[in-house]
Amino acid sequence: MNPPISSAEGLAGLVFLVMLAATGLGALIAVNAERTIRAVAGLALCFVGVAGIYYFLQSPFVALMELLIYVGAVCVVLVFAVMLAEPRPEQQIGKRNAIVGGFSFLSAALLTWGLIALSGGVAWSKAPMRINDGSLRDLGHSLLTNYSMVFELVSVVLLVAIIGSLVLGRAGRSKA
Amino acid sequence: MNPEIVRVLGYIVAIIAFVALNAAMLVWMERKVAGHIQRRIGPKEVGPFGLLQSFADGIKLMTKQLIVPEGADVPLFKVAPMLVMIPAVMCFVTIPFSEQLAARNINVGLLLIFAIASINVFALLLGGWASHNKYAVISAARAVSQNVAYEIPMLITAITVVMFTGTMNLNEIVMGQAGGFWHWNILPIAKNVGMVVLMPVSFLIFFICSMAETNRAPFDLGEAESELVAGFHTEYAGMGFGLFFLGEYANVFIGCSLAVILFLGGWQCPFGLFPGVHWFLLKVYFLIFVVMWARWTFPRTTFYGLLNLSWKILIPVSLFNLVLTGAFIKVF
Repeated sequence: MNPPISSAEGLAGLVFLVMLAATGLGALIAVNAERTIRAVAGLALCFVGVAGIYYFLQSPFVALMELLIYVGAVCVVLVFAVMLAEPRPEQQIGKRNAIVGGFSFLSAALLTWGLIALSGGVAWSKAPMRINDGSLRDLGHSLLTNYSMVFELVSVVLLVAIIGSLVLGRAGRSKA
Repeated sequence: MNPEIVRVLGYIVAIIAFVALNAAMLVWMERKVAGHIQRRIGPKEVGPFGLLQSFADGIKLMTKQLIVPEGADVPLFKVAPMLVMIPAVMCFVTIPFSEQLAARNINVGLLLIFAIASINVFALLLGGWASHNKYAVISAARAVSQNVAYEIPMLITAITVVMFTGTMNLNEIVMGQAGGFWHWNILPIAKNVGMVVLMPVSFLIFFICSMAETNRAPFDLGEAESELVAGFHTEYAGMGFGLFFLGEYANVFIGCSLAVILFLGGWQCPFGLFPGVHWFLLKVYFLIFVVMWARWTFPRTTFYGLLNLSWKILIPVSLFNLVLTGAFIKVF
């Protein structure tokens, strides 16, 4: 039973399909692009599509965080790194060998099949507590109560990453 | 036709028309303000008071050829100006012009604007890189380090407002400031005496950051003509350049309207009379005038001065402000 395209539901369905297409297309560009910068652009497109899917899953907060963190921060940092590290834009990744491509396709297909079989065939235990509907209040409460330890550990990882990059940057400066 | 679809189409058309008209009028306003500040009179030939000057400029830009420089990354080069424009238009979705006049009243509206505006940086970077021009790349790198540096204090001061009002819904934030300027978040005498000291600081930091985020002078290091030819859009001709400019003016409007919504009572009247869209536009355009006034009064800062201002002054002050805000909300 499909709603007509001129109704609000039909239009929303169309936007959902666009988001799906953006996710798939972005992922394909990210994997197949010959220039690194285009791969990053494809990744950004993929993130936008994923954010749209989150929005359709009734969690706008997660969708916005996806945009803010992945497109606005991660992709920008990636492009920045490419700009600083790749001196010649004409330097390309190059075409893959056909045999290698065949094998990688085969292994990817196997892996996909395995994951599908795993998700279908295993009796998963229920998550200890379901965060009600991904609303801001519930998310904040769970982050600062049940999951506060995880939250703190993630921030420690970030701290280590920052200190590590500072150490590396300092080493580069003293050699120069 | 379905009324919901008509509503969606109406808002889309109205927002795009508003963005274009707003940019045209702001270009005219900028030239007039600059002229009068420099004891000139600005544009006056085309139309009454030169009002049609921007439309003539727009037509001229649209007739120009889109030149793609040799060695440029063609798809990215063409996509970048659109990527500047699309987020700018999308941000208008949740801005409440008046109590009824908002395309979509989202619970996390404040976050939506920050999230979508962050795509802008990515577009500048792509445009600069795809141009295959070292000045464009340098200025894109500058624009990004500037944007990253100023996004932090801006978000922190926005958090102080969210803590004070208890909501991220822009409509509710404005609703909470009803009843005269003594209820506004910038000087909330009627609500919390302690915040009277802190909120002006928040407003100042927010306003400075929104100027820096939109690459406006005195923080327009991304476009420093004397050092970088024209900035990240050096290689763009015709409407490609035009879209970058439309996007910039739309972002100036969004920054100022956010400042008005968060601190200056949105569509509320200063004396509690006849609230409505006219008050919102009046306040926003006054803030935009202040932005232009600053541009033509202050010289451009140096790049290190710019980054030092953010990392060494604004971020510590805004963090301190955040802690004090938490304490004051608890105490008073």
